[in-house]
Amino acid sequence: MTIVQGSGATRNDHQKNKGIWQDTGAPSAALFNVVGKPAPLKDSFKKVTGEAVYADDMKFPGMLFCRILRATKPHARITRLDTTRAEAMPGVRAVVTGRESDRRFGVLPVSQDELSMAIEKVIYNGEPVAAVAADSEEIAERAIWAIEVEYEPLQEFLKPQDSLKEVAPELQIHDKVEKKHPNTNIHKAVDQEFGDVEGAFKQAASTPGASFRFDGISHGFTEPHAVIAHWDAEDRLQLYTPQQVPHYTHRALAKVLDLPMHQIQVIRTTVGGGFGGKSDPFQHEMIACMLARKTRRPVKLTMDREETFLTGRGRHPTEARMAMAFDKDGKLLALDSDVIIDGGAYGSFGVVSAYYNGVLSNGPYYLPAFRYHGKRVYSNRIPSGAMRGHGSVNPRFCTETLVDMAAVELGLDPCELRLRNFLQPNTITPHHRFRVTSTGIREGLEEAMRRSEWKKKWGKLPYGHGIGVGCAWYISGSALPIHWNKLPQSTVHIKIDMDGGVTCHSLAADIGQGSDTMIAQIVAEVIGCKLDRVHVKSTTTDTAPIDLGSYSSRVTFMAGNAAREAAEVIRRDLANAASKLTGQPAQYFDFVDEQIVCRSKPGIRVGFMEALHEAQADRGALIASGSYQSPPLGGEFKGSNAGLSPSYSFSAFICELKVDPDTGFVQPLKIWAAHDCGKALNPLSVEGQIEGSVHMGLGQALTEQMRYRNGQMLNANFLDYKIPTPFDTPDIEVIIVESHDPEGPFGAKECGEGALAPIIPAVGNAIYDAVGVRLFEVPMTPDRVLRAIEAKARAKA
Amino acid sequence: MSKQILRCTVNGRAVEVACEPWHTLANVLRNELNLTGTKIGCDMGTCGCCTVHIDGRARLSCLTLALECQGARIGTIEGLNEYEMHPLQKAFAECGGSQCGFCTPGFIMKSCALLAENPDPTREEIRAALAGNLCRCTGFVKIYDAVERAAGELRQANTRAPVKAPR
Repeated sequence: MTIVQGSGATRNDHQKNKGIWQDTGAPSAALFNVVGKPAPLKDSFKKVTGEAVYADDMKFPGMLFCRILRATKPHARITRLDTTRAEAMPGVRAVVTGRESDRRFGVLPVSQDELSMAIEKVIYNGEPVAAVAADSEEIAERAIWAIEVEYEPLQEFLKPQDSLKEVAPELQIHDKVEKKHPNTNIHKAVDQEFGDVEGAFKQAASTPGASFRFDGISHGFTEPHAVIAHWDAEDRLQLYTPQQVPHYTHRALAKVLDLPMHQIQVIRTTVGGGFGGKSDPFQHEMIACMLARKTRRPVKLTMDREETFLTGRGRHPTEARMAMAFDKDGKLLALDSDVIIDGGAYGSFGVVSAYYNGVLSNGPYYLPAFRYHGKRVYSNRIPSGAMRGHGSVNPRFCTETLVDMAAVELGLDPCELRLRNFLQPNTITPHHRFRVTSTGIREGLEEAMRRSEWKKKWGKLPYGHGIGVGCAWYISGSALPIHWNKLPQSTVHIKIDMDGGVTCHSLAADIGQGSDTMIAQIVAEVIGCKLDRVHVKSTTTDTAPIDLGSYSSRVTFMAGNAAREAAEVIRRDLANAASKLTGQPAQYFDFVDEQIVCRSKPGIRVGFMEALHEAQADRGALIASGSYQSPPLGGEFKGSNAGLSPSYSFSAFICELKVDPDTGFVQPLKIWAAHDCGKALNPLSVEGQIEGSVHMGLGQALTEQMRYRNGQMLNANFLDYKIPTPFDTPDIEVIIVESHDPEGPFGAKECGEGALAPIIPAVGNAIYDAVGVRLFEVPMTPDRVLRAIEAKARAKA
Repeated sequence: MSKQILRCTVNGRAVEVACEPWHTLANVLRNELNLTGTKIGCDMGTCGCCTVHIDGRARLSCLTLALECQGARIGTIEGLNEYEMHPLQKAFAECGGSQCGFCTPGFIMKSCALLAENPDPTREEIRAALAGNLCRCTGFVKIYDAVERAAGELRQANTRAPVKAPR
């Protein structure tokens, strides 16, 4: 493992931040005891033994099983829905349909457009129409096939271009659409122009432009969706669900089921992978709760793999036209971007996606002029939503391809051209006012170039063998919460009783990325205790303070800062107790290795437990709360909130690969992945996130695509939806760049999402280096590569 | 068709369980025997999450009908850590070979079968052995690390074992 120190902020900037480090004279980075050291994830021992409990592993006395009947038409009126035969079947306890509730919900307050089950019409092939709770899964399955349903087809919108057209109101997929385009199926349109775009293109020396197309892709988490709902005898609803954001589900349940939030407990079960695909409040969560309400019995709903694909929320199928302008020295002058994203049947996170597809192109390069026309459309396909690197991944492929094309045209090394344009630390982007506090992208790219021997290889490898580069940036959490209120975005509570166990409560969801371990590390670091003393409880809404959950790569930055603030309160309590016991001033203590040590007289020290019991005298358990809220940021125009983040991560990847010119098959050989995560609180986990991002990004780059015919997904299984196997995954050399963010907890920022985007253009650019063709369609499957090679040969002839 | 009795050993213990003829081994392990460490990710043999040992060989329990296992010796992830954690389990946790954890039992069972056949595999051999298992979190790198570490530990443990002399 390599850790490169970035030049971002000065190394000790974060210690000048508010808090105890300032009070007590900060320890230098080298003195960290827990933070910065590789720590196995706290819950991984339960996972390796099979002890970890996922939703489908749970059993309750009297539990019923649910199956869902799904639409078999992409867009159709329901002319008949008869459940009598199903209801009469022995072992069937309840049947529900759309009649159960007409309350609409959705993750964003501005697009509340999902029904628990279809009413009057279905809008995608796979939409829930009815559901059954029965004594066994087999009975439930037989019962849904006994439900009689007839459809009258409506005009289907299966291509994003169709959704742009004006249509009669009865053909609109949803009543509420973009105000600027009232008679269409356009969900959200974003039009932005800043700086002199036309002028920039006129004076430019290079103006590469192209049209791009991206297939939709799916998160492909290994745990299929599964939930258990129980409406208990105290009239409280308990929902066990592998949610990335228990809080949004909590809100949606209250709305749809018409219950006060405090009568609902959402319990996050172990999450078998999320990647954005478990962050919406879901129809199946509502359905299980409705059946639980009817039967007063626990109801389990476990989907099969196909249903999990149909539930969707993956990356939007995208069509983009982009052009960039550069001067003769390779300085970036402008970006002109026109993007249509296919949102499928629901709004989901789509308003955010519509903005992100444009505004997140304002980095990692300084961009003086920017024009963006973005449209997110509704269609009769599987709903799209947020997926790892939300909204930034597809446009990043476009811009990085164009940057490469400009380098070729201007006769510059593509890495050199990038180095000339990077945003600097402590700057604000000119139009959207994105505040870059720290960046180590320059150091990262230079290190990746050195390791990969870029200069010896680029343009010099034999035909069929190539090397390419891609760079990116990403938000460390969205600065503005989607529910507008004054509450903090993250809150962490700590309780320490006389047993010395440090219990942290948080609703930041550990979805396998290791956020529980991150919180434990930060708390252990601040109060100087061993990591195994700290226990993180992050599963239940009854006990955990609200956290906006695990999406937008926000957890380390926001929950981490909240944990640190709470731990500092405990530290002050312990310092005061040590002061009382020793007569030394409270601000002169170091907290190291379960000892509270007087700095000027290291002989004077108090053990952790002794100080704890002194601090507890007269008051019992120590309790502290810490929270985080982003600082006010951004410009003053409509949509100026999108893309704002308290900090941004940066990454620079280089990919070496081989292309078989006869088959079009692309074999990646090695990836050098430099990612600036501010400070690697847990380097083991940071590496794991980057390696995982590379793997997932390679899937989108080369093999993964959701294929449709007549609105039906053709490959909703892991045989035909091709996730890279061990054979398809090359060696990955991770280069951790530390730029020490001034506001991140101990200097940390995100690493879970931003590291995905650069790999796809790095592959594309390496294919160009290998065989001289540009791919504008993703995934870059062998047939597409081969077609491009043949087209080039024809053009030559 | 009615239920039939499956008699086999699971993790070294004799088991009798009534199964429907269409129940897979994965169903029976999880639902009847409460061994929920074995996961079902796809139910069609494409992800490897349900890998168990049948008579010492790694098999997909979602593609195996329970009643095919009459008299068989079945091993699951729970059987690896009776009384003590298996070196593979420890290594997967310590090397970061498990993130969301859903694929982990399958990977460990598959790796365990590999190491029984080949105690000192190269990275390429590990890659080949695990090619049928899907992990969406780790990019496989730390999984290979874990298998290598556990293999080393197991080899060392074996050299420390007393040499058996013929009687």
